[in-house]
Amino acid sequence: MCIKQVPKAEELQVDPKTQTLKRVGVPSEINPPDANALEIALQLKDRHGSEVVVLSMGPTSFDESLERSIGMGADRAVLLTDRILGGSDTVPTAYALSETIAKIGGYDLILCGEETTDASTGHVGPGIAGHLDIPQVTYASEVRVADGRIRARRTAEDGTEWWEVRMPCLVTVNFGCNGPRQPTLSGKIRVKRGGVIAHWSCADVGIDPKKVGLLNSPTIVAKVDTVRLPPRAGKFFAGEPADAVRRLLEALRADGVLP
Amino acid sequence: MAERFDAIVVGAGPAGSAAALSLARRGFSTLLVERGRAPGTKNMFGGRIYAWPLFEVVPEWAKDCPVERSVTREAMYFLTEDASLGITFESARLGQGRGASFTAVRSTFDAWLAKKAEAAGATLVTGIRVDDLWRESGRVCGVVSGGDDRVGADLVVIAEGATSTLVRRAGLKADLEPREVSVGVKETIELPPETIQERFGVGESEGVAAVYAGHASRGLRGGGFLYTNKASVSLGLVVSSEDLSARKVSIEDLQTTFRMHPAIQRLVSGGTVVEYSAHLVPELGATMRPELVGDGVLVAGDAAGFLINNGYTFRGVDLAIASGAAAAEAAEAARAAGGMSAANLAAYEAALRKRNVTTDLERFARAPLYLKNARLFDLYPRLLIDVAERMYRVDGSGKDRLADLVLERAKSGDVPKLRLLLDLLAGARSM
Repeated sequence: MCIKQVPKAEELQVDPKTQTLKRVGVPSEINPPDANALEIALQLKDRHGSEVVVLSMGPTSFDESLERSIGMGADRAVLLTDRILGGSDTVPTAYALSETIAKIGGYDLILCGEETTDASTGHVGPGIAGHLDIPQVTYASEVRVADGRIRARRTAEDGTEWWEVRMPCLVTVNFGCNGPRQPTLSGKIRVKRGGVIAHWSCADVGIDPKKVGLLNSPTIVAKVDTVRLPPRAGKFFAGEPADAVRRLLEALRADGVLP
Repeated sequence: MAERFDAIVVGAGPAGSAAALSLARRGFSTLLVERGRAPGTKNMFGGRIYAWPLFEVVPEWAKDCPVERSVTREAMYFLTEDASLGITFESARLGQGRGASFTAVRSTFDAWLAKKAEAAGATLVTGIRVDDLWRESGRVCGVVSGGDDRVGADLVVIAEGATSTLVRRAGLKADLEPREVSVGVKETIELPPETIQERFGVGESEGVAAVYAGHASRGLRGGGFLYTNKASVSLGLVVSSEDLSARKVSIEDLQTTFRMHPAIQRLVSGGTVVEYSAHLVPELGATMRPELVGDGVLVAGDAAGFLINNGYTFRGVDLAIASGAAAAEAAEAARAAGGMSAANLAAYEAALRKRNVTTDLERFARAPLYLKNARLFDLYPRLLIDVAERMYRVDGSGKDRLADLVLERAKSGDVPKLRLLLDLLAGARSM
């Protein structure tokens, strides 16, 4: 189960100087489509009794989301955290995560969100499947296990498709296809008891430093524009309430807002 | 396999954190569960804490306790629409040693005390509401939350505050009656520290605790309070919920009138209201107490009705902390006696008495009833201010002697002399 921690959607701020997303000092959450994927993983665990391992790549502040995942019912978590990963775009990220998954090993199903709310590429899931050379289904809203295979309902532009693939495989999950559960008291106690989150460096996994980081990322950010709203007129209608309201109504009529 | 602890404490307010800290220190594996995102986010109080139980629970408290200001001046005011008559008390001995009291902010104070509980070995979990007690054959053996998530324990300490549902679910208390609770509201008004020091005439670490009667609650049973923090003033009211609904008054309106009173306005003008909160306050003291123990369960703090309002002091947090410490002492005694049965946990009564929690509650048990006398909140403040006005106003129209003034007011028919005497006597006895 791959998750990313992102700035909360309603708190998104773009630094006016660097034109990049502010990530420090803003409230964060589990990338919402990843939370939907986690819910599917936990439902499969409830039904089939599997082990759910959550994987993320980023700074140690991502522990917050890994702890939440375990609180919700995941069994353990791995955070791939290393300074040399800084600035990685989707190409090194898919590579680094696939190496980490290979090291964790023993997987039947890899789940990812369809995309992240902070970058919206949707590259990483398919990238991991490519590196591991396993089948994949993207944009799924439902996942079942039947006859040793995965059946996933994929959202297409003009309807839905049911895909059946052999395990191990990777599925990316639609945003909003379910309601992710809340963390439980027992889950939060497991977090507090400790020993459920492992921190791995690139060296721990055997990731090639020459394939990760900003320098090894092909993406070039040419320009980021901020949409600016036109300034408001900010007219005040002061005075006696009845009179002020009368003048406000007149002004709205004059502007054609009211008939 | 369900998670298990020796003890589970529900609510990380002063009672819960003190209980968890004391239990952990006595060797109980302890879980402290808080509904809010962090301790201190779901509760409120007026603003002052009497320090005495901290000497037992956190002996080194003065080192890092988030004190806003030490209370070095006590004040009591009677208000009419446009006048105020006050009594203030200042003494070098006030607030020294075990008698110290200080203003505090719950979000920082409760977080501090919960941290101390964690440091003592308790496990703190936040953001979880306990929905029910886990019961097996009549005995409490853990808690239930989030549907059917069960965590087991030999002892559950209910420290959920005034509106506790678990106390009712445990069968320790009937539903709350309107007469058993008041409504408390509080505004936090931000002001620069220098402004506070200048307006209140206090030093950098000194502060004021003031109570207001009369027009503060527009004659409804209850009163106002004001506490100075470092860079803000806590201003609020505690008013009978019965009176509010009978007179169809909104407490926000009352609070606005209170804030706009000239005697208050000059203290807080230019400030920004940064926070508005409201909560129920248990009001009947000793007469509303639930059963304090059951098999595998014990009640502490506001949930047990441990609150004293005798008109000049409001005490809740200190009784809560002391009851938390008493709970742990009782748990240890019960463990030594062979288990957490109600009979063994009865040691709680003695532990509370030792800390004067129940003794003080009983001593002031009549105060809430006395304070239900409506004349105290309307007639007498007006009377006092009227007399004061005649005493101090010199306009050449001739002056009366003080005794004549009082007698004249008493004769005027507002209040029969005998009634006044009886009220005074009842007041003296209940305070």
